[in-house]
Amino acid sequence: MTLNIISPGLSTSIQDLGRPGYFHLGIPLGGAMDRFALRCANMLVGNPEGAACFEVVFMGPEIEFEKDALVAVTGAELPPTVDGEEKECWTAFEVKKGQKLGFGFLKAGARAYIAISGGIDTPPALGSRSTYPIGALGGIEGRVIGAGDKVPLGDTDAIEPGQSVPEALRRMPGTPAQLRVLPGLYWHRLTEAAQEGFFADDWSVAPEADRMGYRFKGGKALEFVEREQPFGAGADPSNIVDGCYSYGSIQVPGGLEPIVLHRDAVSGGGYFTLGAIISADMDLIGQLQPHTSVKFKKVDMDEALAARKERKKMLADIRAHLG
Amino acid sequence: MKTRYTYGGDEHIYVEMDDEMSLDAFFKSLSMSNAVRNANIEGVTEICPANASFQVKFNPDVIAPDQMMERIKQLEHKAEDAEKRMKTRIIEVPVFYQDPWTHETLMRFRERHQDPDGTDLDYAARINGFDSVEAFIEAHHSQPWFVSMVGFVAGLPFLYQLVEREKQLQVPKYLRPRTDTPKQTVGYGGCFSCVYSVRGAGGYQMFGITPMTIFDPQQEISYLRDFMVFFKPGDIVKWKPIDRAEYDRIVKEVEAGTYKPRIAEVDFDLDAFNADIPGTNAKLMEALNDA
Repeated sequence: MTLNIISPGLSTSIQDLGRPGYFHLGIPLGGAMDRFALRCANMLVGNPEGAACFEVVFMGPEIEFEKDALVAVTGAELPPTVDGEEKECWTAFEVKKGQKLGFGFLKAGARAYIAISGGIDTPPALGSRSTYPIGALGGIEGRVIGAGDKVPLGDTDAIEPGQSVPEALRRMPGTPAQLRVLPGLYWHRLTEAAQEGFFADDWSVAPEADRMGYRFKGGKALEFVEREQPFGAGADPSNIVDGCYSYGSIQVPGGLEPIVLHRDAVSGGGYFTLGAIISADMDLIGQLQPHTSVKFKKVDMDEALAARKERKKMLADIRAHLG
Repeated sequence: MKTRYTYGGDEHIYVEMDDEMSLDAFFKSLSMSNAVRNANIEGVTEICPANASFQVKFNPDVIAPDQMMERIKQLEHKAEDAEKRMKTRIIEVPVFYQDPWTHETLMRFRERHQDPDGTDLDYAARINGFDSVEAFIEAHHSQPWFVSMVGFVAGLPFLYQLVEREKQLQVPKYLRPRTDTPKQTVGYGGCFSCVYSVRGAGGYQMFGITPMTIFDPQQEISYLRDFMVFFKPGDIVKWKPIDRAEYDRIVKEVEAGTYKPRIAEVDFDLDAFNADIPGTNAKLMEALNDA
């Protein structure tokens, strides 16, 4: 049984929780940028939390269903419609055989997740259905979906529509968005003034923001502690001997515009990194539109772990709520 | 060499063996990342060795970051005691230098380059003190290379030349990265050569192109059926200069599934290499010629 893609939206990809274990070969984890939203969408339609969903960016697709299914849309506020009739976000609803799922205009956030009962059942690559276009892995032939694609669905037991994630348990960035950072990696390369300036300055999301990385602009240029560059690093003070990059790590080529590496990160390179966004805040980045105001907030490891615990509790509360 | 330990957020530990590149730093990082792998520490999800550093990704719900850090630090002595010797392979990789495809691309991005009036090879030859591009190309392929890291994008090898430091070729990256690089471009940045495994953005200077596919997600290429990525850290590479006719012939063979890269099994001993670089390289290349 399949879904017929009538129009694909701007850049709709199939994502699950990704493919760990291949970063040492340059193949990133991938998977949903907002993993919290993907898990919630799957819970609402009775799927395993890591089932493959559509990740929609800014503009929704139009999809015709070849069988009855339950659908839930989470993450960005992108109102779903069934044959033109509007449905709630964060709430499971039915789509009958022959009906069309469409979307209104984006109201908040950047990425919506569409879970469908049974889950998307495209062939996994290296253990995941997540689309990684650079390496042509996962998704449909390694690419985002296109008009005319037929997307297979897995089997499922019928469950009831109407389940909803309470508003208090939905998670979206505030205004300005606050992203917590644990300083580390090559933090010592920055002067004290640059270290303070990075957290004091107002930043905004640059147009170059995608699954590989989010770029920010608006803050002052960062200054480096003077040194003779080590052999093999390259002449620019922001260069290092090419090393691995952490997910969420913040590189600042030339000291100018910070780039946060995300799920489809390049696995390494020759730019210094000043630390990394804490794991609890990675999902929020996936919901940032270009030009959104952002403040980076310095935290220590204890705060990072407390935030991670808090996020896990939120998911546990949702599981308990949905029974 | 002074080892530096640091956190990359709450899910990574980053260990830098040295801030400059050397084979000693590479061997220590590889030994230590192997020691971490062999220790089977619960909660570790990824171990990524790099040129002179390595990174461990772990799940902090399973093991606390400070405990993870302690476990890794305890393994440093194993890396120091480890033999700097490995069983590996030497592979001949054909390169069509000054090919029309990288030439077209480098002309397209000329305004992003240090030397808008020449080619990448003209520039690299000049700043490294060579009289001609031909002499520079000769220096690039006459001695073997060591794969010191795989990454950036899927299956891309970084290579470090097996010569004395004063003979190392060095070039800066483009002033601003290109948005396009032909698939299988042989590139150069800092002291590293690389092969772009897929088409895409890139900042390394472009010297030529290899007809040999090194990443195949479909695993249809005859020598990539076991795994989609060809290179691994520790592989040794000898570039072989080829002309257009040979390039075209190999492309056809790769497509037809009949191309077999020339490969020989070899031992590499860092101490023996440091004691006699020309002699060690001669033996490596002899093994390849016998293959």
